[in-house]
Amino acid sequence: MRALFLAFALLLAAPVAGHAQTNPQVTGVPGNPTPMLPPVADELEVLKALQGGRVAGRITIPDQQAANLIQPAGRSWRDFHNVTLAWVGGVAVLGMLGILVLFRLSKGRIPIEGGPSGRTIQRFNLLERANHWMVASTFIILALSGLNLTFGRHILLPIVGPEAFTAISQWGKYAHNFLAFPFTLGLVLMLLLWIKDNIPNGTDIRWLKAGGGLIGNAHPDSGRFNAGQKGIFWITILGGAAVAVTGYMLVFPFMFTDIAGMQLSHMIHSIVSVLMIAVMLAHIYIGTIGMEGASAAMTTGQVDLNWAKQHHNLWVEKELASGRGADAPGTAKAAGAD
Amino acid sequence: MARMKFLLDAERCIECNACVTACKNEHEVPWGINRRRVVTINDGKPGERSISMACMHCTDAPCAAVCPVSCFYTTADAVVLHDKDLCIGCGYCFYACPFGAPQYPRVGNFGSRGKMDKCTYCAGGPQADNTQAEYIQYGSNRLAEGKLPLCAEMCSTKALLAGDGAVIAQIYRERVQKRGYGSGAWGWRTAYRETVAI
Repeated sequence: MRALFLAFALLLAAPVAGHAQTNPQVTGVPGNPTPMLPPVADELEVLKALQGGRVAGRITIPDQQAANLIQPAGRSWRDFHNVTLAWVGGVAVLGMLGILVLFRLSKGRIPIEGGPSGRTIQRFNLLERANHWMVASTFIILALSGLNLTFGRHILLPIVGPEAFTAISQWGKYAHNFLAFPFTLGLVLMLLLWIKDNIPNGTDIRWLKAGGGLIGNAHPDSGRFNAGQKGIFWITILGGAAVAVTGYMLVFPFMFTDIAGMQLSHMIHSIVSVLMIAVMLAHIYIGTIGMEGASAAMTTGQVDLNWAKQHHNLWVEKELASGRGADAPGTAKAAGAD
Repeated sequence: MARMKFLLDAERCIECNACVTACKNEHEVPWGINRRRVVTINDGKPGERSISMACMHCTDAPCAAVCPVSCFYTTADAVVLHDKDLCIGCGYCFYACPFGAPQYPRVGNFGSRGKMDKCTYCAGGPQADNTQAEYIQYGSNRLAEGKLPLCAEMCSTKALLAGDGAVIAQIYRERVQKRGYGSGAWGWRTAYRETVAI
C-alpha cells in the first residue's frame, strides 16, 4: 500500500513539477529561479512571453499564493469542470445505467442453476463483510456528495431551491471531508484481506475468453474471485488510492502544492471518481438484483452451495478439500421444497 | 447603467499599499483575508512594475461559471457579487479565478474553508443596502451611497482607477498618449476580453 501510495504521489508530483518548470514561481522563494520576464512589464508582452503560464511577482503580505498575479490556467480548469467533467461523468454514469437496463432486459436475472441447494458455505467472514460495508457506505455518500458538486446545480437546485440546496451541499461537503478517512482505512484493510485472492492468473484469461458467462452461456472456471471481481478489486484499490491521494491534497488546500497542483488534483480526483461510480453501479447491480444468491455473500456471509459451484467452482473444491465443508443448517429444506 | 471596471496604470503605481490598507479598514476585512493586494513583477530589475490587483469583476465571470451552488450574481453595474448565505466554501472559484481574488477564512478542521470573501467593488452584497447585516457580511456599500471603491478613490498617484469602463479607459488612453508609453491595462484582456486601444 505504501508503495502504491508513493507511486501515486509520484505520478501526481511529476506533472506538477513539469508545470513548475514552465511556469514562473513566486520569486524570492529560495530554490525557485526568477522567471525570465520581458524587461518592460507590459501586460501583453508578459502574457505572450509566458505562453499561458502564470504571471507572478513579489508580494509583501504573508499569503504567498497571492503573489500569483494572473493564472490563465484557471480558464482550462473551468473548461474541464464545466464541459469535460460534466460530459465524462454524465456519459459514464448514465451510459452504465443504460447498459445495465439493456443487460437486464436481454438476459434477465441470472438464476442459480438447479435452484438453491439449501446447503450453504461461508464466503466472507464478519471482518470482511464489515469492512466491505464500511467502504461501500462511505463510497455511496462520497459519490453522491461529489456528484452533487458537479451536477447538483443543474438537477437538484431547481427542484429544492437555493437555501435547501446550500444546506444539502454544505452537509455534503462536511460528510465528504470526514468520510474520506474511514473510506481510506477501509481500502487499506480491503487490500490486506483480499489481495491474495486477487492476483491475476491463467484462470482469469480463460474466464475472460469465455466472456465470463455474461455473454453467451459458458461456465468458465473460477477461483474465489473471477476476473471480473478481480477487476473490481483493482479498480477499487488503484482508483481509490488515486482518489484518496488527490482528495487529501484538496482537503488540506495548498498545504502540499500550489494552484496548479490543486487544479490537477481536482481533475484527477473527479475523473477517476466518476469512472469508479460507473463501475460500482455495475458491481451493485450484479451483487443484488442482477444475480440470484449473490447478495447473501455480503449479508449473512453464507452462500448457497449450488451458487458457489456455479460461479466459483475452483474455490468450492478447495474449501471442501480443506475440510471447510458446507453443512446443511437444521432448518434447511430440500431443494425445491418451497 | 455603467459598466464598472478597475484599471491599474502600472507606470504610476508606487507600491505604497494604501489601496490594500484602505480596503481592509473600510470593510473591516479579517486578518488573513486580502481582497486587494499589490504584486511587484521584475522586482529589482529594469522594468520593475507594481500592480494592484483584486477581483476584476469579469465579463463572463469564471467564478460564477464553476460555482456548484450558483451563489454569484452580476449587478446592473456589471459588478460580480456573491451570496455568502449560499456559499459552501468549496474553493472552486479560486481554482477558476485568473486573479486569485477569492479568499477563504480558515475555519474548523483541516484546511477547511469558510464562506468565500472577495472584493465587492464596495457594493456590498444581496442584503438590503447599507444595513448592519450587509456590513458584517460584505463590508460597506459605497456604490449605494454614490461613491466609487475606496481603494481607487484614495490612490495617491491615481494609478488605480475605478468607474465606468469607457471613462477610465479614456483617462488611461490620454495619459499614455501624453507621456508616450504605458504597460497596458493590467488584467483587462483576461477579465474583459478587450484591451485599451491607444
